[in-house]
Parts: sequence; structure tokens; C-alpha cells
Amino acid sequence: MNTRSKVKNNRLAYLYVLPALSASLLFVAFPLLQTVWYSLHRWSGIGTPVWVGLQNYVTQLSSPRVQSALYHSLILIVFFALIPVCLGLITASMLSSSRLRGLGFFRTVLFLPQVIALTVTGMAWRWMYNLDGPINETLRAIGLDSLARPWLGDFDWALYAVGLVGTWLTAGFCMILFLAGISRIDPGLYDAAKIDGSGPIREFFAVTLPGVKPELGVALTITVIGGLKSFDVVYMTTRGGPGTSTTVPALEIYRLAFVDGQVGSAAAIAIVLVLLIVIVGLGMARLFRTRQ
Amino acid sequence: MSILTERPEVAPDTEAIVTSRPPSRRFRSVRRAGVSGVVAKYTILGLGAFLVLVPLYSILAVSLQPRGIPVAGLSWPADPQWSNYVDAWNTGAFNVLLSNSVMIALPVVVIAVFLSVLSGYAFATMKFRGKEFIFAALLIGLILPFEGIIVPLYYTLRALNLTNTMWGVALPEIGLYVSFGTFWMRVAFSQTPPSLVEAAQIDGARPWQVLWKVLFPISWPSVMTIVILFFIWSWNEFLIALVILQDPASKTAPAGLGAFVGKYVSDVPLLAAAAVIVAVPVVVTYVLLQGHVIRGMTQGAVKE
Repeated sequence: MNTRSKVKNNRLAYLYVLPALSASLLFVAFPLLQTVWYSLHRWSGIGTPVWVGLQNYVTQLSSPRVQSALYHSLILIVFFALIPVCLGLITASMLSSSRLRGLGFFRTVLFLPQVIALTVTGMAWRWMYNLDGPINETLRAIGLDSLARPWLGDFDWALYAVGLVGTWLTAGFCMILFLAGISRIDPGLYDAAKIDGSGPIREFFAVTLPGVKPELGVALTITVIGGLKSFDVVYMTTRGGPGTSTTVPALEIYRLAFVDGQVGSAAAIAIVLVLLIVIVGLGMARLFRTRQ
Repeated sequence: MSILTERPEVAPDTEAIVTSRPPSRRFRSVRRAGVSGVVAKYTILGLGAFLVLVPLYSILAVSLQPRGIPVAGLSWPADPQWSNYVDAWNTGAFNVLLSNSVMIALPVVVIAVFLSVLSGYAFATMKFRGKEFIFAALLIGLILPFEGIIVPLYYTLRALNLTNTMWGVALPEIGLYVSFGTFWMRVAFSQTPPSLVEAAQIDGARPWQVLWKVLFPISWPSVMTIVILFFIWSWNEFLIALVILQDPASKTAPAGLGAFVGKYVSDVPLLAAAAVIVAVPVVVTYVLLQGHVIRGMTQGAVKE
């Protein structure tokens, strides 16, 4: 921890920390504990909650609907995290070795998906995937009419279509993160690799990849959690459909708590989701820890 | 600002959550890339930018198409129907939605930034018992999404008569954002030269004065970053607005858009115009202040 503190007035420090800490405890930590409590009860939102122990967890985790929601999360992680991180690594390492004019412009554009409201993004992609939308129009224009379909309404394709929105959201972000990481690698390391006769691929694994380890950790943490918690895009594009082919845990939480009146079950899924997120957060922090 | 000259500047003790590395040389060795290499690089960048822009362009294009007739793909309308925006604005009551969004974002930004500055200052400059433990307790807010706590938030806020009010959304947002803000401001204050604080203390400045007269002014760029990020996050927040604000008169712009989709499913130009209206304030903010946004979101913590 920081050792250059000059003020030793202990009590005063609490006054400075207290407002932020109480906001966080009241509106984040306390609701989290409440969620645990709800998850152990059967409650419809009115009346008295009935203690049921772990029964909500058992029921929900064995329900096909929730299982498929969790499975869809895994698929979405591939699209939200693995593909963008790989794309970002490859493109960033190809771009890194020289200064390019106009990079600022490209950076602005490539980061754009990160700031636009996910609801708006969902709306844009609803149109992209529409039966008369740009994707199908392009397919028809190049003679692939047979491939044209309402992508978000297709049982086989809807999940991948939603996943691709995730790739669109995070690939540029990953690339920009990695570019910043690569720019901090000691150029001497690249020169040394050159002298050793390393080709671009060995150079990538020997110099670039270890050099961007902290960025890799951050990118994976953010994007995997983004895939796990995804709600806005799914809500705006498919609402989990057709059938349950694109449902995700966050959507099941919403449905159970605010549509079906199964508050305890919704809370149980929420706790499972939080556990997954915490495991990812702590796991990545451990995996990508850098020693100073 | 070139990305190649940008480095995360963070204190070494935040390694777990912030991308931190010792500063290295600013200069890269000159490595010549042939003309074909440069072409390949611009091709990658151009293709990436193209793929990002296509959906955004297409929603703009379709928002200007005539309503009620089949719309064709990507083409820019021959006769742009700007009246679609007027119709979307009126049918969606966007004057109400946008002002609700502002009325929530403003207090969230002011209060969350103020609380973050205070706690970041204590964590950066003061010693106190339980410091590490309290810091760790704040950490959960960095990765916890509203999806995880939305269920009790709704019932608690309803019991407090705060559903359908701006505070019902603003208070949880403040509670969540102060985690990132505290981390961010702690790093910023840790990086100020200790001599400045010492000089002020020798002059008899009290901690409160040291913060507002010395540290706050020189850390202004870092404060600006969280001002902008909190605004964007609050503006874009969907789930909590969807759940807490069910009365149409209290909805925020993204929540209103969510309701709009359900009502006008097939009126693509109208929906597209509504989406563009929701996006514009944040996009304008981003384009004007993108340096802050990108720095905050890439160097910040595991909080998107």
C-alpha cells in the first residue's frame, strides 16, 4: 500500500471514506446479501417469504431453460471474449511496428461501439439482421438468396447472430488495449528477437504476448464478464427467442422476478451469475498477475 | 493523440485491477515497414472501421426512409424523411425521456464524483486502521453488474417509495460507480508530487484545504475522466431503469426505447430515428472528449 502518507489523523480518514463506503454498502453490498437471503426463500413478491433452503438452486439449475441459458452464456463468451481478444491481438501486433498517420481517427471509430448505449446497438443490429435488412440485401445482391433469412428469428442462427453483435462491441476495444500495451514493450526486445533470427510468429509469442500480459488480463476479464452478464442486447434483439434459443441468465432473472413472480428462483440465478463473475474476476487477476 | 505514445500511468500497487507496468522508453526503434506493409496496415484499419460503421450508417439511413413502405437495405434515401425524427420525438415523448435521463445523470455525476474524490484522497494520502479491508470491500462494485442485485433493489426501493423516481435509479448508480471512482482518484492523487502536499502542510494547510486547493486542481484531468464516464454510464444504463421506472412519465431514454420496440415492432424508420435520438448525446460527448473516455475505459479497472 501507499507509504507516503503525511497525514496521520486516523479518524479524519474515516470521514472522507464514509460517504462513498456507505453508498457502496447500502446499494451494492446490502442488496447482494439480500439476494442471497431471497434465494433461500420461496416468494412471489407479495406475502411472507417461505424458507426453502437450497431448493431454488436445485430446481433452477436442473431446469432445461436455465441450463440452456448458462450454455448460451458459454457460446456468447466465445463471441464476446475469445474471438475479439484473438482478433485484437493479431491486428494490434500487425499494426504495432510503425507509426501510422490517422491512427487517431481509426482509434475513435474502433472504440465507438463501447460508448453507444447497448439498447441502441441492439436496435441497429435488429435492422442489420432484418429480413429486408443490409445483410440479407447483400446476400441477395451476390446471388446467395438461399442464405437470406430473418437471422434473429432463426432457431439455428439467432444465438450466433447475437454473439456477433458482441464481437462487434468488443473487438475494437481489445485492439486498442493491446496497441497501448505493445507500445510499452521495450523496443530492444524486438531488436534482440530479430538478431536471434526470430520470424514474426516467434516474435509474437516470445515478445509481444508476454509484453501485453496485463492488457490481456484486463481484456479477458471485461469481455468475459460482458458476455456472462449480457442483457441489454438480448432484450432488444430477441428477448431470448425464438423459443428459448437465445435466452441468457440475466434475462431469466428478469423474467422470473418481474414477469413470473418467482423472486426466490430469480435470486438464486442471480447468485449463480455473481459467483461466476467473481470467479472470472479473481481467476483472471491471479492468472495475469504481473510481478513488479 | 497517437495511441503509440499513450501509456497507462498508474500506481504500482493497483496491479491486480489496473494495467500497470513500469514506464519504459518513449521511443520505438525505427523499424522500416515496406510500402506493402503500410498498405496492409491501412487495410486492416480501414476494414475494422468499415465493419464498425456499417450498422451505425445503416440505422441512420433507415431512419430517414419513408415510413409504411418496404425499406431496402443499405441505400441512402433519395428523399430523406427528417420528419421521422419529429414523429419519433412526439410519439415517444422524447422531451420527457431525455429530461428524465438528464435529471438522473446530473446528480449521479455530481455526487458520485464528489464521494470518489473524498475517498480516493483518503486512500491515497492517509493511514487508517482497516484501510486494506475497506478498499477490498469497495472492490466488489468494480465487477458486480446490476443484473446480480436487481431483484432486491426493486423490492427495497419499492418499499421506500422510490420506484418511478429519479433517486430510485440515481442512488444505486452512485453506489456502484463510487467503486471505480475511488480507485481512479486514488491513483490520480498518488501520482501527484509529494512535495506539493508537504509544502502546503508547512504553510499550515489542513487536509481539507490540501485536497481542494492543491490536489484537486492538479488532478483535474482525472476528475474530468470520471465526470464523463459516469455521465455515459448513467445515460446508457438500461436494466435498472427498465425495472425501477415503469411509469412512462419517469422513464429514461434507453428504457423508453425499450418500450418503443415493443409497441412499434415493424415501423423500422420510426424505431431507428428513436434509437439515433437516444445515442446522440453520448456520441457527441464521446467525439468531443474521446481522449478521456478511451483512457478511462482502457486504463481503468475491470469495469466496462
